[in-house]
Amino acid sequence: MREIKAPWSIKRELLTKSEDETDPKYGHRPEERPYPDIIKFGIINLDKPPGPSSHEVTAWVKRIIGVEHAGHGGTLEPTTAA
Amino acid sequence: MTGVLPVALEEATKVIQALLRAGKEYIGVMKTHGDVSEKRIKEVFNEFQGKIYQRPPLRASVKRAIRVRTIYYLDALEIEGRNILFRVGCEAGTYVRKLIYDIGRVLGCGAHMHELRRVRAGPFIEDEGMVTLHDVLYLYSRWQETGDMGMLRRFIFPMEKALDLLPKIFIRDSAVDAICHGAHLTAPGITHIESGIKTRDTVAIFTLKGEAVALGTALADSEEMLKVMHGIMIKTERVLMPRGTYPKLWR
Repeated sequence: MREIKAPWSIKRELLTKSEDETDPKYGHRPEERPYPDIIKFGIINLDKPPGPSSHEVTAWVKRIIGVEHAGHGGTLEPTTAA
Repeated sequence: MTGVLPVALEEATKVIQALLRAGKEYIGVMKTHGDVSEKRIKEVFNEFQGKIYQRPPLRASVKRAIRVRTIYYLDALEIEGRNILFRVGCEAGTYVRKLIYDIGRVLGCGAHMHELRRVRAGPFIEDEGMVTLHDVLYLYSRWQETGDMGMLRRFIFPMEKALDLLPKIFIRDSAVDAICHGAHLTAPGITHIESGIKTRDTVAIFTLKGEAVALGTALADSEEMLKVMHGIMIKTERVLMPRGTYPKLWR
C-alpha cells in the first residue's frame, strides 16, 4: 500500500518571491507580545485529566485566567471522534 | 480519555477550526477477545494503514454514513498476552474506538479499546510545553503576584503555534490591513511562499514578523505564486488579526 505521510512529517522549504522589511512600529513578533496580548492571542497545550469533559476543563481554564472566551481544539471524550 | 487538549483564549479561538481539521496521534491499549499471534496482529495493523472506511458509532454526533479516513501509521508497540499497546497517527474525525473494534473483527476474535491517550493534536504534542490544570493555576497566580510576564509565557503559546502544520505565505506590511478587512491576497503583496502548496489547499497568511493574519484557500500552486506578478493568489477565508494592527495603506 502507498504510504500517506502524516502532516507532521511533511517538510517544506521557504521560497522568496521578493524581499521586504517590516516596520517595528506595527505589531509584535508573536513571542514578544506584551500583556494582555499574550493572553488575548494565546493558546494552552493542556493535559486533560481523565474525569471531567473537555468542555468542563475549558470552562475551568476560562475561570482561572478570567477570560471571556475560550474554546478547545478537538473534544477528548470516550464516545466521540478524534 | 486524557492527553493533549489545546485550549484557545479570546481572539485565539479563531484558530480552533484549523486544529479541528488537524491530524491526531494516540497511544492506547487494546484487548483482543481471543489469542492471536504477534505476526497476525502486525499483518492486520498493516492492513489498516492508509485509507480506511469507517461508519461513525451509534452515539456519534455526526451523520452515520460510511466515510473515508486516513490512518498515517498504526504500530503495535508491545504485545503481552491479549493486551496490545499501540500508537496510531490518524486524520481528524477518526473514531479510534471504532478502529480497534473493526480490527478485532478482522482478527476474528473481536477486540475492544481499553485505554486511550491523545499525544498529539495537530502541532501540539505532549512533550512540548504541555501543562496540567494545576500548572495553569500555579503559573497564573505567580504572574499575579510578581507581574513577571515570563510566568504567562511558560504556559501560553502564541496562537501562531496552532498553524505550524499549515503551509505558510508571508506578506509585506502594506498588504496586511486589506487582508484584515477581508480582501483576498494578490501576487504583489507576497514576499515568501512555502513549497508544496497545491491549488485549493488551506494556507496561513503571516506578516514578516511571523504574526498570523488570516487563513485562506490557495488559488494557485507554490511555483505559480512565485512566478506571476498579478491576480488573486489566496482567497481569504478567516481573518485572525484585528483590523488596524497595521496601517491602512490601501484604498
